[in-house]
Amino acid sequence: MIECNNICKTYVNGDVETNAVSGITFRIDKGDFVAIIGPSGSGKSTLMHILGALDTPTSGTYLLDGQDVSKLDDDQLSDLRRNKIGFVFQAFNLLPRTTVLRNVMLPLLYSDTTEKERDQKARKSLEYAGMEEGKFMNLSNQLSGGQMQRVAIARALINDPAIILADEPTGNLDTKTSRIVMETFQELNRRGHTIILITHEPEVALYANRVITVRDGVIEKDVKNVR
Amino acid sequence: MVAADLLKETVLSLSSNKVRSSLTVLGIVIGIASVITMVAIGQGAQSSISARIQSIGSNLIIITPGAQRTGGVSAGQGSSQSLKIEDATAIGSEVRSISGVAPEDTHRYQVTAKGNNTNTQITGTVPSYTDVRNVSVDTGTFVTEYQQQTSAKVAVLGPTARDDLFGVGADAIGQMIRIKNIEFQVIGVTLSKGGSGFNNADDAIYVPITTSQHYLSGSTYVTTVSVSAQDSTIIPTVQRDVTDLLLQRHGISDPTAADFSIMNQADIIATASSITGTFTILLASIAGISLLVGGIGIMNMMLTTVTERTREIGLRKAVGIRKAYINMQFLMEAVMLTFLGGALGIILGWVASVLVSNFAGLTTQVSTSSILLAFGVSAAVGILFGFYPARRAANLSPMEALRYE
Repeated sequence: MIECNNICKTYVNGDVETNAVSGITFRIDKGDFVAIIGPSGSGKSTLMHILGALDTPTSGTYLLDGQDVSKLDDDQLSDLRRNKIGFVFQAFNLLPRTTVLRNVMLPLLYSDTTEKERDQKARKSLEYAGMEEGKFMNLSNQLSGGQMQRVAIARALINDPAIILADEPTGNLDTKTSRIVMETFQELNRRGHTIILITHEPEVALYANRVITVRDGVIEKDVKNVR
Repeated sequence: MVAADLLKETVLSLSSNKVRSSLTVLGIVIGIASVITMVAIGQGAQSSISARIQSIGSNLIIITPGAQRTGGVSAGQGSSQSLKIEDATAIGSEVRSISGVAPEDTHRYQVTAKGNNTNTQITGTVPSYTDVRNVSVDTGTFVTEYQQQTSAKVAVLGPTARDDLFGVGADAIGQMIRIKNIEFQVIGVTLSKGGSGFNNADDAIYVPITTSQHYLSGSTYVTTVSVSAQDSTIIPTVQRDVTDLLLQRHGISDPTAADFSIMNQADIIATASSITGTFTILLASIAGISLLVGGIGIMNMMLTTVTERTREIGLRKAVGIRKAYINMQFLMEAVMLTFLGGALGIILGWVASVLVSNFAGLTTQVSTSSILLAFGVSAAVGILFGFYPARRAANLSPMEALRYE
């Protein structure tokens, strides 16, 4: 499903070259729940950007569903993100002063779906993410943190993506809400979704089936969680 | 689907940020409205001055005596005595394409009537004066041919002179006035031409020119001869013919030594236009400055808005919206704001111009070119600074845009 071969990413800032990721190779199978863990500056965020098709590697290949992502242009990357990847961010990143439904529909904008189909898909997705129906027409800024993250998850799910990429999804939430959100991810995984979780908290990584530890741009450990 | 989505997204985006949108629109409205109003006032002033000049007569050519010279010392234009009634008669009979000639003998005297007195301009003239100088009689009659031939002691009052001598709006017909201690009977009152202050056309008394020469000035010369041409296009021809005739009659061969000067209405209008033109430039520069300030305001608003929304742009990109659609949406938003602001600005500018002419009594004239200029500049600024930063943001990698502070 996901195959990374010797991925390198180098940032050039003036004359200084920084190797954020220097030669990472791994594969993730369909239906897996993988946590990528590491301290800040370890290169896990860069890796996540590459996995999420938000950025392309400097060298190496990244195959998603057999497609070489590193060769795509900006528009092709956009289409890939829209169809195959669902994002859940630490800061939720919802459109402010916009209804929950409208937020969830955002990835369907400018696509060939009718307004009715979008509405149905968004409602289904929200129910799937465990959002109460009474809040569908609320404005995004009237929600609690946990609710916002559920809306974000529903948005990530709307196109039924191949992978869900969660970047520190519990970073802005309290312990109790974090637990609920992580259980939601586990539930989604049980239903067959492939989930990649980026975090720096070992206890959050415990919800995953497999933990890849990244340090200084390389994989340090890659272990299966034993339950 | 794309077009409908674009429109809906634009409207939603603008309406969900009412304060931001309305401030941007306000900036555009004020910029455009001020330019339109300023230029309207300037152009209104220009046209009202031209209209005022037209009211002194149409296609008018005015001949005045030249400067009197005594051993190289000039006493100034109009001081010499070189024009006579016969000159005017000759012009009337010999120059073609003219519709009227009116000699006048104008001086200022003290006038009394029933204990009131005033110092006003007494114009001795002929019946054709009404046509040549656009004077209309309100009540009574103007000087007649018979009265002129018989040097009748009759007078026609301008409305201001009537008000000064008999009281505002009083019926003066048949009353007696005294000019230089000679009694004149009032036979008519002219219609007001408007105007005030110096050279008020309404503050005048008309008497037959022969009466003026015999009883008042005691001279056979006239102070002015007014000629009206049949058409504005032939004014130069008529002016040349009149000049040639007068030179020949006065026995002068060198045109530069002419003992009279001749001026036409086009010259007067040109002079006045150059004055009002300066006025319009002044107002236009004020308007230009407001346009500049307005433009900077619009630019600021657009730049802050887009910078604020860089994260939103990043999010849209991250969830897979192509940058072309993001660009289009921001372009649409900028177009919508500037057009809305533009339309409101034009309406406000128009209303303000109407209010200025109603309450401040100034003539205003809203011009299409000022509307186009104001609208064009604001639209260009608004669209450029709404679209350009958005395009830059859409070209960033989504992560960079999302992290943007």
